Amino acid sequence: MRTAATDLPVLKPFRAPPIAPSGLAAPALLGAGLVAGVAIVFAASLAVAQATGPAMRDGAVTILLRWLPLIFQGFLFNLLISVLSMALGTAVGVLFGIGQVSPSAALRQPAWAATQFFRNAPWLVLLFYAMFLLPFEISLGPVAIAFPAWVKAIIGLALPVAANVSEIVRGGIRSIPSGQWESAEALAFSRRQTMWMIILPQAVKRMLPPWMNLYAILTMATTLISVVGIQDGLTVTRAALVAESRPELMLPMYLLLLLMFFAYCYPIARLTMALERRFHVKG
Amino acid sequence: MADKDIARHRLGEPVVVVEGVEKAFGAFVVLRDVNLTVRRGETVCIIGPSGSGKSTLLRCINALVPISKGSITVAGRQVNDPGLDKLALRRDVGIVFQQYNLFPHKTALQNVMMAPIHVLKQKRAEVEERSVRLLAKVGLSHKHDAYPGELSGGQQQRVAIARSLAMNPKVMLFDEVTAALDPETKKEVLVTIRDLATEGMTCILVTHEMGFAREVADHVYFTDGGLIVEPPPPAEFFGAPREARTRAFLEQVL
Ligand SMILES: Nc1ncnc2c1ncn2[C@@H]1O[C@H](COP(=O)(O)OP(=O)(O)OP(=O)(O)O)[C@@H](O)[C@H]1O
Ligand SMILES: [Mg+2]
Repeated sequence: MRTAATDLPVLKPFRAPPIAPSGLAAPALLGAGLVAGVAIVFAASLAVAQATGPAMRDGAVTILLRWLPLIFQGFLFNLLISVLSMALGTAVGVLFGIGQVSPSAALRQPAWAATQFFRNAPWLVLLFYAMFLLPFEISLGPVAIAFPAWVKAIIGLALPVAANVSEIVRGGIRSIPSGQWESAEALAFSRRQTMWMIILPQAVKRMLPPWMNLYAILTMATTLISVVGIQDGLTVTRAALVAESRPELMLPMYLLLLLMFFAYCYPIARLTMALERRFHVKG
Repeated sequence: MADKDIARHRLGEPVVVVEGVEKAFGAFVVLRDVNLTVRRGETVCIIGPSGSGKSTLLRCINALVPISKGSITVAGRQVNDPGLDKLALRRDVGIVFQQYNLFPHKTALQNVMMAPIHVLKQKRAEVEERSVRLLAKVGLSHKHDAYPGELSGGQQQRVAIARSLAMNPKVMLFDEVTAALDPETKKEVLVTIRDLATEGMTCILVTHEMGFAREVADHVYFTDGGLIVEPPPPAEFFGAPREARTRAFLEQVL
């Protein structure tokens, strides 16, 4: 953070240090404890499975290691889906968010209605609609563009993401003081210039934490695509359990997948909190 | 005919002409029958109690707020014309606000350069050269790369003045630009404005600084109940106000 520097004898506001232990130490300790806790549960469940499994057949660890690469591949596919639907959802959501603060009612109202609708609809239902309502190919004259299931899944997940991004963008724009609009207007900037060169660059800072938070939620929600028959991490894990038909493996196997998501999402959550703290102080 | 022209020129042609302006927010009338003429090179101060519509009048002059009745002309451009090219008008009118309103994500120099580059589409090198000169003029040569958050209130306000000047306006409006500043920093800003006024910039200045108004103003106007009641030369205004209301107000503040 930049501190106000001046060579003039003016009084600077005194800022008391926060009373709550919001320094780095406390959350870092908590975080480490959480990671250790999850690891211990995982190890314990694996040990139990190893001990209680039938003696004649492969041990739990062996089976887990056998499936690990496939499950990890599936998990990477989840990440790919999450990144692509986040990108699509963000692009669309930014436009809708800007639409929501448009002075023209013809733009503002549809943007608002679409945002509210998709923000308050269950994600899985939207995903089903995308899977079953979108055609599996679109023909533009002679060219036919194929719509494989995973592309439809990306679109299905991007819908609620776009709606949430739209709200984040609207809130971010609204949080910029009206004096910024006024002085830009007085300097003869057009509305569009004001938005893109003055308002949005300032608002991005405030939009970043909720946007990252949304991304973490989306990443975890990508396992929904296994319900519509796409081979993601969850599908692979379930298939592995069916193939091995070893009920005692259920706990460690799903925990393995959970750990992958946790290892990916938890740092994002931590970074989000750190950013939030930083911007909060900045005001 | 020729004599008349010469006399007109010496006086300066009117830059801002406000005639019979009325402004209401809903049923609430803020300005009523306001008349004001500012000629080229003149400095006009507007004083008056809080809520009497001083800021509103300035905002009407550069069409940030539409007027309800009457007419305003700025540099020959009819402000209340529905077909007004607002952007063209605002290129001619600079306004500085009490709250500076600098762009916090840009440095002092970038703040000054932005509008000429993106609005006037001037060449970056030219604009940069001029902006550097403007920052020097307001005494901030050493602060090019400082962000607004790193500047004192007075310094921010001077950057805001330089930012408006970069558009080469025909008239500058100042809305209580020193109201948020402590006495020390107030002075730097007032000196900057006085220099501008003496160099011949046309200025309309809303201020509570009576001493300053007396020093720089060619005319002082007083607003109350939406009416500008006194346009005499300043010495007369401060010495012997004609209107009872002006007298009452001055007795309070002087
Ligand atoms: N957008 C608006 N909508 C409704 N009322 C407004 C609006 N802007 C200003 N007003 C009202 O108009 C009146 C005059 O406001 P204005 O800001 O012009 O006063 P002022 O003379 O500049 O006061 P001050 O010295 O406090 O700055 C105030 O009563 C204010 O509440
Ligand atoms: Mg005011």
